[in-house]
Amino acid sequence: MIRLTDLRFAYPGGGFALNVPDLAIARGERLAFHGPSGSGKTTLLHLLAGLMPPDAGRIEIDGTDIAALPDRARRAYRAARIGFVFQNFALLDHLSARENILYPCRIGAGLRLTRAVRARAQALAEACGIADKLDRKPASLSGGEQQRVALCRALVTGPGLVLADEATGNLDPATRDLILDLLFDRVREAGATLITVTHDHAILPRFDRAVDFADLTGAAP
Amino acid sequence: MNALFLAFAYLRHNWARALILVVAGALILSVPVVARMLIGATQDSLTARAKATPLILGARGSQLDLAMGALYFTDDRAEPVTMQAAEDVWDSGLAVPIPLLTAFRTGEAPIVGTSLDYVEFRGLEIAQGRMFAVLGEAVLGAGIAAQLGLGPGDTVISSPENLFDLDGVYPLELRITGVLAPSGTPDDDAVLTDIKTTWVIAGIGHGHDDVVTPDADGNVTADAALVQFNRITPDNIDSFHFHGDPDDYPVSAVLLDPHDDRSALILRGRYLDPDSPTRIVRPDAVIGELVERIFRIRSLLDAVMVIVGASALAAMGLALFLAWRLRAPEMQTAFRIGAGRLAIARLAAAEIALLLVAMLALAAGIVLVVTSRGDGLVAWLLALGR
Repeated sequence: MIRLTDLRFAYPGGGFALNVPDLAIARGERLAFHGPSGSGKTTLLHLLAGLMPPDAGRIEIDGTDIAALPDRARRAYRAARIGFVFQNFALLDHLSARENILYPCRIGAGLRLTRAVRARAQALAEACGIADKLDRKPASLSGGEQQRVALCRALVTGPGLVLADEATGNLDPATRDLILDLLFDRVREAGATLITVTHDHAILPRFDRAVDFADLTGAAP
Repeated sequence: MNALFLAFAYLRHNWARALILVVAGALILSVPVVARMLIGATQDSLTARAKATPLILGARGSQLDLAMGALYFTDDRAEPVTMQAAEDVWDSGLAVPIPLLTAFRTGEAPIVGTSLDYVEFRGLEIAQGRMFAVLGEAVLGAGIAAQLGLGPGDTVISSPENLFDLDGVYPLELRITGVLAPSGTPDDDAVLTDIKTTWVIAGIGHGHDDVVTPDADGNVTADAALVQFNRITPDNIDSFHFHGDPDDYPVSAVLLDPHDDRSALILRGRYLDPDSPTRIVRPDAVIGELVERIFRIRSLLDAVMVIVGASALAAMGLALFLAWRLRAPEMQTAFRIGAGRLAIARLAAAEIALLLVAMLALAAGIVLVVTSRGDGLVAWLLALGR
């Protein structure tokens, strides 16, 4: 269960303010935020990930107010509980697909590279149809394949919350639908909650709930 | 371990950039060491011959000319002294005198007239043929033999001092009886012969047909022409003779091999008189001072290397910094995934450590290669200056 209460955030210098009076997201729910550019969707995603603390308010995830945690604890929480999928895939060119998937465990994000993690990475790659491409570098993979690698990377740590920032924004419709299928299936298997932000209204019906960001925050871009 | 794995993967992927950094770093690290080593070895090489020559007796004047002429057979020779000087040392029983006459050349190579004591004193060995034994015979140093493509059985001709001087020294053909083994010294580029042969070149000794011929009636008639031999053969060797007092024959310098330190000290003491036409010099002191003056450039070289090295290191630091900035998205991804600053710093440190290890290994390799080929490199460096 995720609950945001009186959440307020403004970037230094002003010009933008995020204000979320109250929002509850059930465990396992698939939620999509949509709205115009600059409305604060990605900022909210970053607050949920603990990348930065809010100015005020609470972000409770399974009873823990991550807004009140110190930096180090927030980072540890993020590493252990949150998976991130980015629009631009954010894969590392110098690592193979396999090593990109295992990257969270190598970079010292509080996770150990165990045999179980390797087996989970292999299982995820097989489920996403990229098992035969694990030794290839990202540059030799298609956009859809790269996003599947990124998806496996987000899930390899077994997160309870998956945050996707325009995860299908760079993909053609067919690949987008395929990636969404994979994303939903893997999230469901993991029992995780999925929160995504998107501009693509075509995919909103596939989510349990689609929230117009302007309705949610009343924020002025 | 993970940081090293990731760092290695990054460097391997960007191998060209990493290679440039490693080579540049290795050169920055190794060049000062190599330069110091080569300078030291060159200095040693330049002074080794002087150190192996205890004392030189010669004409009063420039100590440097005397030492350089006697050690390296240079053109700037001191004024000659007479054989009397060598005889005096012999009579003193304090040292073995080895006379040298280096006034003549064959082409570019000096002709060194000396005694067989010189060969023993320098530790020279015959590689082909045999040592010179009679008048008109010579042995070639390994370098000049290779350069001219000559060996035992061939001949060389001494160069006339002045082509247009009718009273000057006439060329003499020298028969080569042997080639010396390479010694890495000026002896490699010299033609060694008996000092009497160089006196023949100097015109002090000569051979010619009989100047008087008895006719059938026993009347003696003087020949109008006196034809001197310009080569010494078994047929004419007996006609060769010398004029004047042998003690007055010229020598460029006399190498002295004292029996012990005390003998050397006594000898030096005997030639301290500033009014004496002869003097004794310690070549290691003379050459050492010269080399020390030349190699004061080492301090300048050190300063230049520090400046260049610091600049190069700063440039490398800038390159690393800019490369790291270009990787900001990668670091942002790592941060979003959950990596802390420490993990990212560890990754940077691992990359720098790997680069440093590679630099040190390559630098050590360069130093080892230079060390193993140091003698050859020094010889090559010295040959550049000839």
